Amino acid sequence: MTAEQTELTAGEIEKGLRGHLDSVLNTAVEPDQDLFKSGLVSSMFAMQLVVHLEETYDIAIIGADLKLDSFRTVQAMTELVLRLRAAAAGADA
Amino acid sequence: MADKPKLVKCLVWDLDNTLWRGTILEDGEVEFPEEIRDVIIALDSRGILQSIASKNDYDLAWEKLEKLGVAEYFVHPAIGWGRKSDSVKDIADKLQFALTTIAFIDDQPTERAEVNYSHPEVRCYPAEDALKLTGLPEFTPEFVTEDSRRRREMYQAGFRRDAEKETFNGPDEDFLRSLELVMAVKRADEVDLTRVEELTLRTSQMNATGVHYSDATLRALLSDPDNEVITVTLADRFGPHGAVGVLLLEYHDALWHLKLLATSCRVVTFGAGSVLLNWLVDEAAQAGAHLVADFRPTDRNRMMDIAYRFAGFTEEPCDCLADLPALAEADRDVKRLHLVADRRPGATTMTVTAPALAADRAVRAGARA
Repeated sequence: MTAEQTELTAGEIEKGLRGHLDSVLNTAVEPDQDLFKSGLVSSMFAMQLVVHLEETYDIAIIGADLKLDSFRTVQAMTELVLRLRAAAAGADA
Repeated sequence: MADKPKLVKCLVWDLDNTLWRGTILEDGEVEFPEEIRDVIIALDSRGILQSIASKNDYDLAWEKLEKLGVAEYFVHPAIGWGRKSDSVKDIADKLQFALTTIAFIDDQPTERAEVNYSHPEVRCYPAEDALKLTGLPEFTPEFVTEDSRRRREMYQAGFRRDAEKETFNGPDEDFLRSLELVMAVKRADEVDLTRVEELTLRTSQMNATGVHYSDATLRALLSDPDNEVITVTLADRFGPHGAVGVLLLEYHDALWHLKLLATSCRVVTFGAGSVLLNWLVDEAAQAGAHLVADFRPTDRNRMMDIAYRFAGFTEEPCDCLADLPALAEADRDVKRLHLVADRRPGATTMTVTAPALAADRAVRAGARA
């Protein structure tokens, strides 16, 4: 894991995610907004989010991490990305 | 015994002196043999799509096809002045078909050679073979089902749907709702079984176990009260999607065992898998049963894995798993995903009609007692 990759902060991830959601949903989302409850995001779209997070942040989301709740808000997704990146960096060290 | 040739999924026709006799730009009038019309209709009813690669004036040629009453049979026609090898490739790409499943018919040996030079896997036929095509094994599918007969219609509805999705601005769920999707879940009968077998063969992408169930096995399960063979069809305001899913379920005392769930990759974008799982979870909850789903991860069924996890299935152990027969040695890589079923609200993106599994099971148990 390179220093460059571990340097990503929660703020940067959150900003990137909101930018992505803005562009695909054509509407601004708040960091703590429940994307499912607001009807903005279907479970199908959540599947695409899984793939998007994996590709953008170079992580693998598998097994117990594949919970709908982890994708409910921008904040939850940010936490997931940070945790998986930290775990990957730790494993590589 | 020689292997059967790979089925042709799309036949690409040349027009002048192939589909019709004459050259429309030079002769003005052309003769269209009724026997050719019969071939077009026969292939269409077998579920083989047809397209056009013709060096011609688009408006003139298309107007002629409409006048002859056959325009509707062709998808993604390529009528223009480009190379036919490019046209054929473009048609295959738009249909997401491999070139090995494309055939091309043209009276000009140079055109056939040009297509084959770039794409040796495309099967080319001279125009004089047109009337023989329907007798060839590569144009004769083993199964001709209700869905085969409507395949072109389903593709055409798909094109209209995609076009609308591109121009739709707004939340995802709103778009899904605008499609007016109707999912019909039903217990399979003898007639449905052929479609089920065709579906399990065609839908490797979304097959949760990778196990292929033969017609004989499925037929035996139909009459078994502890097993359910269930088919799923989907339609929307653009037209039918046909049979899109199959589900094999076995009842145990404390748990329902989902032995197979296969859904067509055509309907993944509608969340059909999640809707189906939520319906099943709700039924199991009404029966007070746990749900266990067999899942064999492959590099192609990731979406199914996510659908299970999002529906709440986990790999955590549960006492109920002891009721299941142990996995065979060959199936050691199959995971048993478990869920304590809870009541679920109905789908918000589509209308679902489905059998009342829990209630029917209770009636049966009452009759036995």
